[in-house]
Amino acid sequence: MKNDLVNRTGVAGPLTSRRKFIRAAAATGVAGIFSPGSVPISAHGSATKAAQIALPTTTKEVTPFNVHVPQAALDDLKKRLATARWPDKGPVTDWSQGVPLAKIRALTDYWARDYDWRRAERALNALPQFRTALDGLGIYFIHARSKHERALPIILTHGWPGSVFEFLDVIRPLTDPTAHGGTENDAFHVVVPALPGFGFSDKPSEKGWNVARIANAWAVLMKRLGYERWVAQGGDWGAGVTTALGHIQPPGLAAIHLNWAFVFPEKIPTEGLSPDEQRAVDAEKIFQTQGAGYFLEQATRPQTIGTALADSPVGQAAWIYEKFNAWTDHDDVESALTKDQMLDDISLYWLTNSAASSARIYWENKPATYVGGKIDLPVGVSVFPREIFRAPRTWAEKNYSKLIYWNELPKGGHFAAFEQPAACVRELRACFTTLRA
Amino acid sequence: MKSPRIDAALEEQSMNNDLENRTGVPAPLTSRRKFIRAAAATGVAGIFSPGFVPISAQGSAMQAVQFVLPKATKDVTPFKVHVPQAALDDLKRRLATVRWPDRGSATDWSQGVPLGKAQPLIEYWRTRYDWRRAEISLNALPQFRTQIDGLGIYFIHVRSKHENALPIILTHGWPGSIIEFLQVIGPLVDPTAHSGKADEAFHVVVPSLPGFGFSDKPTEAGWRLPRIANAWAALMARLGYSHYVAQGGDLGAGVSSWMAKQQPSGLAAIHLNLPILFPPPPPGGYKGAEQPALAQLGKYASDGSGYASIQATRPQTLGYGLADSPVGQAMWIYEKFQAWSDNKGDPAEAISVDHMLDDISLYWLTDTAASSARVYFESFAKDFARMPIDLPVAVSIFKGDFFTPPKVWGDQTYSKLFYWNEVPKGGHFAALEQPELFVAELRKSFAQVR
Repeated sequence: MKNDLVNRTGVAGPLTSRRKFIRAAAATGVAGIFSPGSVPISAHGSATKAAQIALPTTTKEVTPFNVHVPQAALDDLKKRLATARWPDKGPVTDWSQGVPLAKIRALTDYWARDYDWRRAERALNALPQFRTALDGLGIYFIHARSKHERALPIILTHGWPGSVFEFLDVIRPLTDPTAHGGTENDAFHVVVPALPGFGFSDKPSEKGWNVARIANAWAVLMKRLGYERWVAQGGDWGAGVTTALGHIQPPGLAAIHLNWAFVFPEKIPTEGLSPDEQRAVDAEKIFQTQGAGYFLEQATRPQTIGTALADSPVGQAAWIYEKFNAWTDHDDVESALTKDQMLDDISLYWLTNSAASSARIYWENKPATYVGGKIDLPVGVSVFPREIFRAPRTWAEKNYSKLIYWNELPKGGHFAAFEQPAACVRELRACFTTLRA
Repeated sequence: MKSPRIDAALEEQSMNNDLENRTGVPAPLTSRRKFIRAAAATGVAGIFSPGFVPISAQGSAMQAVQFVLPKATKDVTPFKVHVPQAALDDLKRRLATVRWPDRGSATDWSQGVPLGKAQPLIEYWRTRYDWRRAEISLNALPQFRTQIDGLGIYFIHVRSKHENALPIILTHGWPGSIIEFLQVIGPLVDPTAHSGKADEAFHVVVPSLPGFGFSDKPTEAGWRLPRIANAWAALMARLGYSHYVAQGGDLGAGVSSWMAKQQPSGLAAIHLNLPILFPPPPPGGYKGAEQPALAQLGKYASDGSGYASIQATRPQTLGYGLADSPVGQAMWIYEKFQAWSDNKGDPAEAISVDHMLDDISLYWLTDTAASSARVYFESFAKDFARMPIDLPVAVSIFKGDFFTPPKVWGDQTYSKLFYWNEVPKGGHFAALEQPELFVAELRKSFAQVR
């Protein structure tokens, strides 16, 4: 019975009796989750409630976790997609005012008819997944150990609108390099957490979960996993967390790698900028004036926008799809990321109801700047051409007293590992080669 | 005994009346066959037979509940609102199956509409709110649509019984609508029945902005504020007015300001309740009296303009969630009712829940989330700059609004500022929050223009 419950509900051990489980499920208020056949469709909202995922409470133990989204949730998604109400298409067919109607309809039609969440779920469940309480919050993470004992432990942090899905294609090449064009010396033990409020991590109910607090939690996590010497990597908010780690310098952290480096000076000079520096300033200005509407809304009113996106899968999809188009390296977005890849990520936001909670990371980290401050820990940087702005090497050298690695790649964008997994693996191997004991 | 031809004609007339009542599509459609062809052309065949909506291919059920506007011509065509029952049923169904986000880390409004306030509003909307009440109010007024500059524009037009009444065109903003003005039309048009004098009467015109309410949604780019201002001047000319005034707040202040800039023949003066005033460059630094308004602008920029930022850059992306979720549409607007009206924390202190939902329902039922946001894309960065105006300008500052500029900025911008008053009660949605004070402001200020 316990195995059956585990398989059907995604709730892992150590629950020792069905009675304990019922109490726990009742405590999280989703009693329908273990008997999807008897969902009460009485009072409004209750059918929707039964379609929600309930995460088991965490302890300081590292508890195995498997994903099993209730079929009712997938059915509910399909029903909402089938009854979506669309705005008019407006005056343009390009992306200048946002996702064009024809594009979002094509994506969501695929989502409704052809996309298979269970495939993504199996891919996740093929990896060792866990949840543990850090600083009072349940954090989900993938933890894949290399067979090579002296592998270098690395924690990879995603951003918004990314997720752990971005890293799925780099995990095995990192842990098992000899099967992926590398040597034993290239091996990593890989930890991939979900940020608070994202994916299968808990949603904070108190304020204060800024990048510094997340960084501290990550340090506790690596210690809890038994790692005494480790490195950290990130882009987007993951770069924010990783940069914070670089400042905090928790015991054990040996170096960091960023695919988006926050190296803007406090005061940007108006003259004497090199071409690279000018290009970064221009790119940042374009982002601020044209591409940062989502940023300001999420930083100021995450609950308002979050309420809209929580109730509309097409809304949630468009909110994210726009950034896949804007921030990846392509002539057409589906050449940089497949529909399945994008929908794996979008589905994760939808199924875990994370629109509002993920938006709150913007609110928690106001004012966000691209001034990362000086870091004395060793730093490696990989610059991808279609990043929001390309960090100039001159500014990186001013910020990072030990810039141990610098490379500018020919292809790839903001979601580096998602778009260019092989290149990212090469970058991490090359960056951290000097840190091997 | 009547001839068969007359019988058939009468039957057709009665069928047309019935169609008109049920569908909001007015005459002159002269035969059911023409009507079916027209409906098929707009792809919503279900609209006249709500009893048997085909729930077959995905989307067709949704198509059947949409509101279809009849094509406008250069004629001024009477219009009545009748939202199909299927649309109201669909709304209720969506409200019954809402999926809420988590409560989050704030119970106040600092992160947006808190769950504890959102849920009661939606529950009221689902169980107690009655759109038909609003519809009856609208249909009690003379409503019309006419095509201007290629676009069908909806407007209310009420003439005063006092022939020498001053014609006025009142323009709403975002997230407002014509709903804001419904309570002031009567007092403006019929002052002697509302504590006023005959020489304070107005002929009132209340249009919906392009992309809002029952106006068409532009299918081409370029419907910026100056173009709307031009269209409003054309409308007043079409209605036969050669001496009139314009009034507006929010986007409506932008439109009215552009009308003043364009100085169309006939426009005598404008009144603004949120003047587009930004600080002129200070030769010797800003004076003390200017500091509060500067702080308001700073706060708006850093904390209160997220909605404008996304609407001005990616209105279509934003529009998908708001077009598909009535709860999302409601929150998007409700947040501003709270933030911008004159209240001590609860917007219902300033505006009744029914009025808020009248406005929100109008956005929802006309599917105008994206089209209304597009005016920000067109104009927010370009058409709200400080603009010197030489036509006579009157200003009423309602102290509860989120931006209350000092008179000195008005003096420096409007060469003929003939009226400036600071009204102690009321906020951004002045006519809706304080209809009597709003009417008083228009009577007092425009007394000088008659």
